Amino acid sequence: MKSLIAVLTVVGVLVVIWYAACVPMNIKGVLTEAERAGAVVVPEGARERRNLGAFGLVAGNSFAIPATWSQKRPRLPAPHQVAIELWQTTVMKKITSKRSLVHHAWITLSATLLGFGIGTGLGILLAVGVVHSRVMDMSVMPWAIVSQTIPIIALAPMIIVVLYSIGVQGVLPKAVISAYLSFFPVVVGMVKGLRSPDMMQLDLLATYHASKPQGFWKLRLPASMPYLFTSLKIGIAASLVGAIVGELPTGAVAGLGARLLAGSYYGQTVQIWSALFMAAILAACLVGLVEVIERVTLKRMGMAA
Amino acid sequence: MSNESDSQVVVEAKSLDLTFQTNDGPVQALKDVNLTINKGDFVSFIGPSGCGKTTFLRVLAALEHPTGGTVTVNGMSPDEARRKRAYGYVFQAAGLYPWRTIAKNIRLPLEIMGFSKAEQEKRVKDVLQLVDLEGFGDKHPWQLSGGMQQRASIARALAFDADILLMDEPFGALDEIVRDHLNEQLLELWARTGKTIAFVTHSIPEAVYLSTKIVVMSPRPGRITDVIESPLPKERPLDIRDSREFLEVAHRVREGLRAGHAYD
Repeated sequence: MKSLIAVLTVVGVLVVIWYAACVPMNIKGVLTEAERAGAVVVPEGARERRNLGAFGLVAGNSFAIPATWSQKRPRLPAPHQVAIELWQTTVMKKITSKRSLVHHAWITLSATLLGFGIGTGLGILLAVGVVHSRVMDMSVMPWAIVSQTIPIIALAPMIIVVLYSIGVQGVLPKAVISAYLSFFPVVVGMVKGLRSPDMMQLDLLATYHASKPQGFWKLRLPASMPYLFTSLKIGIAASLVGAIVGELPTGAVAGLGARLLAGSYYGQTVQIWSALFMAAILAACLVGLVEVIERVTLKRMGMAA
Repeated sequence: MSNESDSQVVVEAKSLDLTFQTNDGPVQALKDVNLTINKGDFVSFIGPSGCGKTTFLRVLAALEHPTGGTVTVNGMSPDEARRKRAYGYVFQAAGLYPWRTIAKNIRLPLEIMGFSKAEQEKRVKDVLQLVDLEGFGDKHPWQLSGGMQQRASIARALAFDADILLMDEPFGALDEIVRDHLNEQLLELWARTGKTIAFVTHSIPEAVYLSTKIVVMSPRPGRITDVIESPLPKERPLDIRDSREFLEVAHRVREGLRAGHAYD
């Protein structure tokens, strides 16, 4: 109960700050519209107001404040505008409609999940190699780290162009970008996890004359599970970012990334913000899902904390 | 040497040397160690830290390799002996896998060594009984006390029927009362199974109470300073520790430790 109050308080504060921020952000546009409609604005004329501070304008034209929360194309849409847009494009629209956010979210989600699968598989394989081979440890790890220092926004168009030139289109290029972002936390986490058994446990297996594969399946892999799940939580969020970024340079017509791009082309800020919120909700659901799987798995293994 | 006494020898070390190369230069962990362990012996290794008692045990288990001299286990090299599953090893910490139940932990070496499912089942049941843990097979390690966990780890070492049990301060982390109880149980188990046990300890009373042979060691370089054949009978109630013989042996161990300048 106490924590619920704390959470609600934080949300409340954020909403208040958001509403407050809308006023100075949108005041110039509102005043221009009001003047056109015949209201008296101080000072008169958009040109006069151009170089004035937003707070000064608000102080001089306090009648315009409510209008800053209900503009059609605000610089910063108010929370309820985003909420209404979200409601109308999810619950009120048929999923098959091109304007349905659920439809767009699904497009992005499919690329995310495919990319997450590829990235996780690749990450685990690399980690196994790194742990078992010194050569791989020395050669793969530096490249894995370097790969993450390149801004994905610069790399994404190249990946898409290269894949397109060999005839790969559709969901796969996005999934590749998504995998590119998600494999790294899995590699790092799994390397740590597979190395987590201490000397004594390895010695114990040595006294049984256990083979390397036996040591892997019976000791290293189960011991790495808590580390794996931590990585997966980071990885799935990164996958979603990758899928969205992958939609930007392609001029994709569908997906949350395409919604963001179209929104910015046409100055539809409400659409941009609702797409952003959809992405955030999706990320929260995905991370939550991984967490549930983690809890069930570790509990079954008897490792629940 | 007659054939019969020859077959009794389980461990034989001759002028064994082991030098570790460390960043601070070479460290001589074992120097000129000569020792014979016979079948059915209960041998304790006692001495301060750095005297090489654990290292010697690890050499027997082929976890370390000597840099000089020879050592045989059941007439073979330690490596071969390991392949033939000649020994079970018990560490200071129980080292049970948290994701396996007690029964499945005990089953671990059996799975690795390829015993059949039915055989695994039977052996797990047998050794659980041997260490007095019937009914705890389905529990996870964290549900057991430290003493019970250590008993489970002994059961795990016994499960594949090795003749030799190597124990590296198995009760070192337990409190005195639990330790007494486990010492008693261990003697009982030893009498019942006829295993050969090599036992590393810090505790003089523990060494004297358990052993038929006490090896006193001293550090820098790690070496044997005294080997004491215990005059105590095989049958040992806990109150034997107040007897004159017991105190005499304990005294000799203490003297041996002092002679090694162990506490300089």
